[in-house]
Amino acid sequence: MLLNQFLFLAAILFCIGMYGVLARRNGVMVLMSVELILNAVNINLVAFGAFNNNIGGHVFALFVVAVAAAEVAVGLALVLMIYRNRKSIDVEELDALRG
Amino acid sequence: MLLAQATQAAETVTDQTWVAQNVFFGIIAFLMIVAAVRVVTTKNVVHAALWLVIVLAGAAAQYILLAAEFIAIVQIIVYIGAIIVLFLFGIMLTRAEIGTENHLDNSRNTRLAIAGGVSLPLLLLLGYVLWDAFEDVKFIPATVQRTSDVGDAIFGNYLIAFEAVSVLLTAALIGAIVLARRD
Repeated sequence: MLLNQFLFLAAILFCIGMYGVLARRNGVMVLMSVELILNAVNINLVAFGAFNNNIGGHVFALFVVAVAAAEVAVGLALVLMIYRNRKSIDVEELDALRG
Repeated sequence: MLLAQATQAAETVTDQTWVAQNVFFGIIAFLMIVAAVRVVTTKNVVHAALWLVIVLAGAAAQYILLAAEFIAIVQIIVYIGAIIVLFLFGIMLTRAEIGTENHLDNSRNTRLAIAGGVSLPLLLLLGYVLWDAFEDVKFIPATVQRTSDVGDAIFGNYLIAFEAVSVLLTAALIGAIVLARRD
């Protein structure tokens, strides 16, 4: 297998996720796009781990999964609170800190 | 150093062509990309979460192709089992009715500008850099990275990082409960 086929797949997923983060205004959808980006990174880590025959790539992929779980839990709690306070999850409206 | 490793790995690749693996890689990768595009373009938020399942399952399949069984299992359990369910909870708690939600997307022109101005150039740049760095370096995931190897590594070299992740998870879950609690 080519190493690059996995890296290209990850790059495409990363760019799609990047588009989602920027183009979506629904808070939940932004979090989903972040998940796409994290998965792209994970594919890279595992591919390089297999390429170099090094277990470190796998361990760090596991760490990324754990951190992604934590990020989604906190992120969804934040979105829930924003919805409760403002009756909207449009991230464009969150400009209360604008000077 | 990377290049030296790459040439060494290329030399160890034998005549095996790995046709089946490459065919399955292509099929799964195509499905993943289609599903990922649907995740970021569909109007229905619930459908987006369900398309995300396909991307995550495809990633798990790619890990199997890379002979990383434990990561694949963790991917299915944690992502499809827990995170997607969390997403569906989040969708249903933040929406009055299930349906389309047009007003929560940027305008068509903005979206086209983001796609053409950010994502596509980034993809071209990444593609150029990757091809420049690795070209057609071949490799074979020779040895299956067994679950026990992963366990040895986590509780050996990476013990401190593992403990830090444990503390982080605890803190994040307590924080999520505190944030989401109604009081």
